[in-house]
Amino acid sequence: MFSLIVWIFAAGLLFLSFLKNKYKTAKSLKVSWKFFSSMALLVLLTIWAIGFLVTFLPSAFISKTIGRNAGIEGVILAAIFGSIVLIQAFIAFPLAGSFLRQGASITAIAAFVTTLVMVGVLTAPLEVKFFGKKFTLWRNSLSFIFAIVIALLMGVILR
Amino acid sequence: MKKNRVVLVFLVLLALGNACLYFLNREKGLAVLLTGKNYLLEMLSILPPILILVGLFEVWVPRPVIERAMGQSSGLKGILVSCFLGTAAMGPLYVAFPIGLSLFEKGASLFNVCIFLCVWASIKIPMILFEIKFLGADFALLRLALTIPSILTISALLNSILKRSFNHEKI
Repeated sequence: MFSLIVWIFAAGLLFLSFLKNKYKTAKSLKVSWKFFSSMALLVLLTIWAIGFLVTFLPSAFISKTIGRNAGIEGVILAAIFGSIVLIQAFIAFPLAGSFLRQGASITAIAAFVTTLVMVGVLTAPLEVKFFGKKFTLWRNSLSFIFAIVIALLMGVILR
Repeated sequence: MKKNRVVLVFLVLLALGNACLYFLNREKGLAVLLTGKNYLLEMLSILPPILILVGLFEVWVPRPVIERAMGQSSGLKGILVSCFLGTAAMGPLYVAFPIGLSLFEKGASLFNVCIFLCVWASIKIPMILFEIKFLGADFALLRLALTIPSILTISALLNSILKRSFNHEKI
C-alpha cells in the first residue's frame, strides 16, 4: 500500500517534470540510472548477506546483545556502531529492519539509525578541515548524546 | 569501479557459500535464498520510484540552487529555505560541509550552520520513504518528530558553547 503511494507520487512528479521540460526529465532519469548502477551490486550483496544473517545468526544472540534485555549497553553499542560505519541508507534500513525482526530492540535500532546519519567518526577529519576541531568534537558529541535520548524516548513511546 | 569489483568478489563468494550450504543442508540453503528473495522483492517494490525521485530532485534542485537560496539571505529565512531544499538533495553529510562553510562565510551564525548540517544529514525525503518501508511508519515518523527538536537543541548548545572562541575571521 505504502509502496503504491510512493509509485504514484514519483510517477506524478515525473509526468509533471516531463510536461515542463523534456530534456531535464531525460537527464533526471540518467541520474537515477547512474545512482542505481553505482549501488545495485552492493544492494544485492546486502540482501544476500541478510539471508545468511537471518538463517544463521541466532535471534537469541541478537536479543542478548542489542535486544530489550541488553539494557543500556546494547543501546550504546548500537550507537557506537552507527557512529563509526559509513553506509548508505539504502543498505542500512533493510539491515536495521532485519535486526528488528530478529529481536533487536526499537531503542537500539533507533540509536543505530540516528547516529548513522548524524555522527560521523570517519568523516570527522573532513569536518575538522572545514569547521575546526572544537566544532567537530562538540557537534558530534552532542549528536551522539541526543541520538541516545531520541532512541530511549522511542523505546518508551513505541513499546 | 574498483569498489564494484570487490563487491562482485563478495557476491561470488556468497553464491559459492550458498551452493555448498545447499548440498550440505538443503533446508538451510533454501532458507537463505528465500529470505534473500523476500528482501529483494521488498526492495524492488520501493526502489524504482525512489530512484526516480532522487533523479528528479537532483535535476530540479541542484546544489548551486541551494547555495544561491542561502546567498540571498543568510539569516533565518535563508537557512529555512536551504534546509527545505536540502531535504530533497541526496548525499551524505560530508557533501554538506563545503555548503555549510560558504554559509558561515556569508555571515550565518554558528546556530544556523549547525542546523543546516544536521538537517542535511538526517532529514531526506527519499530516505524517509525508505525508512517507512523497512522500519515502519510509526518508527520513521516518530524519529523524525524527535529529531527536529533535537537538532534545534544541539545547535543552540553548540552555539552557546563555541560563541566566544568562534568568530568569523577565524575560519
